[in-house]
Amino acid sequence: MASYPARLNGAQILWESLLRENVEVLFGITGGKVIPLYHELANYPIRYVTVRHEQAAAHAADGYARASGKVGVCVATSGPGATNLVTGIANAQMDSVPLVAITGQASTTDLGSDSFQEVDITGITMPIVKHNYLVTDVRDLAQAVKEAFYIAGSGRPGVVLIDIPVDVQRSQTEFEYPTEVNLPGYKPHLYGNGRQIKQAAEMMNAAQRPVLIAGRGIVIAGAERELRELAEKAQIPVVTTLLGKTALDETHPLNLGMGGMHGEACTNLAMQSADLIVGIGARFDDRLTSAAKTFAPQARVVHIDVDPAEIGKRVRVDLPIVGDALNVLRELVPLVKPAIHEKWLAQIEEWRGDTHSRDILWQETDELVPQFVVHQIWEATGGEAMMVTDVGQNQMWEAQYYRHRRPRGLITSGGLGTMGFGVPAAMGVAVACPDCPVWAIVGDGGFQMTLQELATIVQERLPIKIAILNNGYLGMVRQWQELFFSGNYCGTPILGPDFAKLAEAYGIWGTTVSDKEHVVEAVAAAKAVDGPALIDFRIEREHNVFPIVPVDEPIDKMIRRPVPGVGYNAPREG
Amino acid sequence: MSMALQGGEWADESGPEPGKNGSPLSRRTLVALMEDRPGVLSRVANLFRRRNYNIESLSVGHSETPGISRMTVVVCGDDAVVEQVTKQLYKLINVTKVTDVSDDATVVRELALIKVHAAPANRLEIKQLADIFRAQIIDISRDSMTIEITGTEDKVDSLVSMLRPFGIKEMARTGRVAMVRGAGGSNGASA
Repeated sequence: MASYPARLNGAQILWESLLRENVEVLFGITGGKVIPLYHELANYPIRYVTVRHEQAAAHAADGYARASGKVGVCVATSGPGATNLVTGIANAQMDSVPLVAITGQASTTDLGSDSFQEVDITGITMPIVKHNYLVTDVRDLAQAVKEAFYIAGSGRPGVVLIDIPVDVQRSQTEFEYPTEVNLPGYKPHLYGNGRQIKQAAEMMNAAQRPVLIAGRGIVIAGAERELRELAEKAQIPVVTTLLGKTALDETHPLNLGMGGMHGEACTNLAMQSADLIVGIGARFDDRLTSAAKTFAPQARVVHIDVDPAEIGKRVRVDLPIVGDALNVLRELVPLVKPAIHEKWLAQIEEWRGDTHSRDILWQETDELVPQFVVHQIWEATGGEAMMVTDVGQNQMWEAQYYRHRRPRGLITSGGLGTMGFGVPAAMGVAVACPDCPVWAIVGDGGFQMTLQELATIVQERLPIKIAILNNGYLGMVRQWQELFFSGNYCGTPILGPDFAKLAEAYGIWGTTVSDKEHVVEAVAAAKAVDGPALIDFRIEREHNVFPIVPVDEPIDKMIRRPVPGVGYNAPREG
Repeated sequence: MSMALQGGEWADESGPEPGKNGSPLSRRTLVALMEDRPGVLSRVANLFRRRNYNIESLSVGHSETPGISRMTVVVCGDDAVVEQVTKQLYKLINVTKVTDVSDDATVVRELALIKVHAAPANRLEIKQLADIFRAQIIDISRDSMTIEITGTEDKVDSLVSMLRPFGIKEMARTGRVAMVRGAGGSNGASA
């Protein structure tokens, strides 16, 4: 650059700004209203991944962000490119994923005239983003980018969209990247109130049957170690949410695993019997608590969250602490007294034994059941793989049977429950973690929603191992139809292609497994492939996810795993 | 920027009834300050719609600070709902300050323009009504009069009900604006 500040066009300003935000990869698709952006992109040292559908760009950026902890970035053109991002944006926002979405827009001179590929994407995304910008003057662009990255990545992370009209991309101005942001209405509250933290410690010290609930807030804040210290010091069992699953090593004896609708009986019983619940970075959503008024009826509730609006939103809270999980736990741990909770832990162990005895893994079955498949992938990867799931039964089987040992090791769509998330998210994870095995556990339904990305996987040489739990149904809905809708399988049976052959057509190693004996060797073979691989597991078609809590029932009124020779048990009493 | 929005769903004081969280429903007045940026009003309106909040009136205009708009919103709900409205408003990046002024001593005003049928024989009576309410006649034509009134909603409601028998041709109400009495302010600064 000859003179400073240099005169740059909008496209250059965007990429210069992204470099200063340490962006190393973009996921996107080009189009008419972003050509000026792409014209300049080639001059910048930013990896660019061309996907096959913009939804995948958002999911890939989302997966990248969850795996790396950095802000993910996706790019799309105006109109349909922008609207195709919407599902991915909503998905990331629901799970507090830091994401910046960049869209092209019709020229400012055409705005509002329904010009070709014009859509009001800032208006459309308003309810599903943390914030968004329509930049109508190139002089505002650098400031908007600076603010966008700050807002997306700080406090409770979320999505910020920047909509850039095509003429703004071409117009020039002097470029100087702002060094700070001035947002009088945005001041994340990162440190908890000392008095409240002290009070929380006192409540924990007095509790007889305490339970910690760890959510994604622990993962976002990087407070895994502090959570473990807290749990170990006072011997408090930890229940995780789906998105909090990697907050504590799942082989840790105090980790009771995921609670809620598909939580193990011992896990849910612990919450329902607790006299103190300490929720950390968890939003007590309906999949965890079922009907809020039936949740943990004996417990006083301490809620630690960086977002004040989450406190008291669904469950009544006795003690709120607004702050970042890491900061709050650092202050809380020294105030909590060592404890043993011998009776309480013994009670939980008894429940655990009962749960264990019903586990299908230890029952004799010759069928190819999905639990066995996930268990074998877990064995083959030592619990250390980056696991990505789709949504539905496959997701719950992964959550129940893969015991994660790696922080950030589970990437899954929690809040929005977006089928089709798995494969594109795995691409972002593979980019973020090139040295770690990446497995995507998907169903045949969700896989068929975004399987066009197999081409991206090959083009970008992403060594993702895809395990399809193929039952020929939209399985979770079929399960609900079986259990709650008199077996009326309307809309759930689905055909699929020969997935192994499809993989081969894309140049991906693929195989089909139809019986239990071949699971271990297929997993080993896929693992050994230098590059992507796909295994089509033709699992027992009408296998269900148990336990399951019927909607709005208390979480201990669950339908438990069937015992051989008895069938389903009735919802348990008490 | 200015806008007013009024819903008629909440009939006059029908007494408190319990909300879904057990505490009684009440009418709260919130004052929010926000940066005067494009789209800020739709962000706020969007929030109320999306979160299913029951808004009785909302009015926006300039505040004493250039670049900062002031919104007065009357929301109906139990304590938990009102607390959520406040917190969710705060989550909007452009919203800088939210104050629940319901329990403070406040001055509360609404402005209404009412165009009423006024045959020559009725003009005097309408003028007298306006005088009682200290309202102004701001326009007159052969068969109509336009009245400007400022006051609490109750006062405006009363005048409206008195004028109705003559036939109201057109009416515009601003919705409530509120300000805390004395030196203290809703913007966190004391004067």
